[in-house]
Amino acid sequence: MAYTRDNLKKDAFILQMLVSRDFKLKYRRSFLGIAWSILNPLLMMIVMAAVFSHVFRFDIPNFPVYLILGMTLFSLMSVSTNAGVLSIINAAPLIKKIRVNKLLFPLETVLFELLNYALSLVAVILVMLYFQITPTINILFLPLLLVYVFMFCTGLSLILSALSVFFRDMIYLWGVVIIAWTYTTPIFYHIDLLEPWMQKVMLFNPMFHYVNYIREITLWGVTPNLTNNLICFGAALITLIIGLLVFRKTEKRFILYV
Amino acid sequence: MSRKSAQAQFHETSGNNVVVLENVSMVFNKASESLGSLKEYVIKLLKRQLFFDKFLALDNISLTIKKGDVFGIVGTNGSGKSTLLKIIAGVLEPSSGSCMTKGTIAPLIELGAGFDPELSARENIYLNGALLGYKKIFIDQHFDEIVEFAEVKDFLDLPMKNFSSGMIARLAFSVATVIVPDILIVDETLAVGDMFFQEKCETRIRKLIDVDHVTVLFVSHDTHQVERICERAIWIEHGVEQTRGPAPEVCQAYRSSHGG
Repeated sequence: MAYTRDNLKKDAFILQMLVSRDFKLKYRRSFLGIAWSILNPLLMMIVMAAVFSHVFRFDIPNFPVYLILGMTLFSLMSVSTNAGVLSIINAAPLIKKIRVNKLLFPLETVLFELLNYALSLVAVILVMLYFQITPTINILFLPLLLVYVFMFCTGLSLILSALSVFFRDMIYLWGVVIIAWTYTTPIFYHIDLLEPWMQKVMLFNPMFHYVNYIREITLWGVTPNLTNNLICFGAALITLIIGLLVFRKTEKRFILYV
Repeated sequence: MSRKSAQAQFHETSGNNVVVLENVSMVFNKASESLGSLKEYVIKLLKRQLFFDKFLALDNISLTIKKGDVFGIVGTNGSGKSTLLKIIAGVLEPSSGSCMTKGTIAPLIELGAGFDPELSARENIYLNGALLGYKKIFIDQHFDEIVEFAEVKDFLDLPMKNFSSGMIARLAFSVATVIVPDILIVDETLAVGDMFFQEKCETRIRKLIDVDHVTVLFVSHDTHQVERICERAIWIEHGVEQTRGPAPEVCQAYRSSHGG
């Protein structure tokens, strides 16, 4: 059936219900509840900052801020895609029972993590206050960056969720890819630390550009130039388009494999 | 794209037909269903075993149902009835042929989609309703009606895991039938709750048929029930149409072939 405004409204309502379900389930029966979304990145940052500034002695100004900005943004990608891989498989009972737009499931996992990320920004603000970093006008680029990252993560989740229906190996494989990706992205070190050839390779890592972007606009007060924006947007758009194509091509056969 | 335009065309030209199936076949691939990993896939691919072992669940079924029809489908277990219903409900996509429907469908095939044991009954009503395609305002308006019919008023804010299976089934049925759909799909294996609640369910379905003149697809292997409720019927065996026509004749043929 052609996709109408009415369909859009219904899908939006389903999305809203699924996201609110996930929120209720996530912190069910935990004492601090939603505060964990803020505490978790904060505590992680403290541990990492302690390890890397005392053991490895990296010399990056405002290292904790540098760290938490990169960590939280990267984990938005890693957590949402890790959940995205399983999104269709986990929705199998639903897909088998009723007619529903299957695209909603990977989309929902990314939306849910985006909201969690918004909460973790409170932790970022706290750290920035502590280190007396005053954001410049460039902070207004943040929503734009989040659109890029959201598109990028949705694209990845679409691809991964579709492939994992046919090959469950994807679930485990992706876990390994994420680990490798974490260490090859300058999250807790500076790109200058890398060999020149690796720095060139890094230009093909979208996550490097996104992490760099958020540090520019919040920590360094730099206005991202057009090239920067085009790279970030381009990577997101290409990933999203590939994701949509793969998903649309395979979704009819999901029910036979889940 | 072709499917979309065909659907649009269907809306303009179909007149009174609300369900049109044309040469629908459904093939399940038995071999590929058990494939779980890339390794198995490659091995089977090399051995050329991959696309063997096909199972034809439906073989070239064509069917037209008019608005207001009460249509029965009979057949033994595993004859393809449920597959047919799932195709009409839009859960399954046919391997070949086309299926077009007009209007909203209430599929009482498998109820309680999305029910989460950790959520309260109240939250589950909204979640399940959303998945069935209801609007929020519709659920708001009919909330009391749903709760009252399901008889769970005192337990609304308890997690559903504390509910008995009967209570869950009642709530599921209640949410699914609160709407007056254009097409109602009823699977007879869907016996819900205790005797008294089953009566209540039947009354509600009867009301939809008699008062609201909803189009109904009714599946059963109890032919007497089909005769009682339906006007026309089709008999399917091993995915192949055996006969169709007025319900009594079809049911008679079905019974005599099974020595009854």
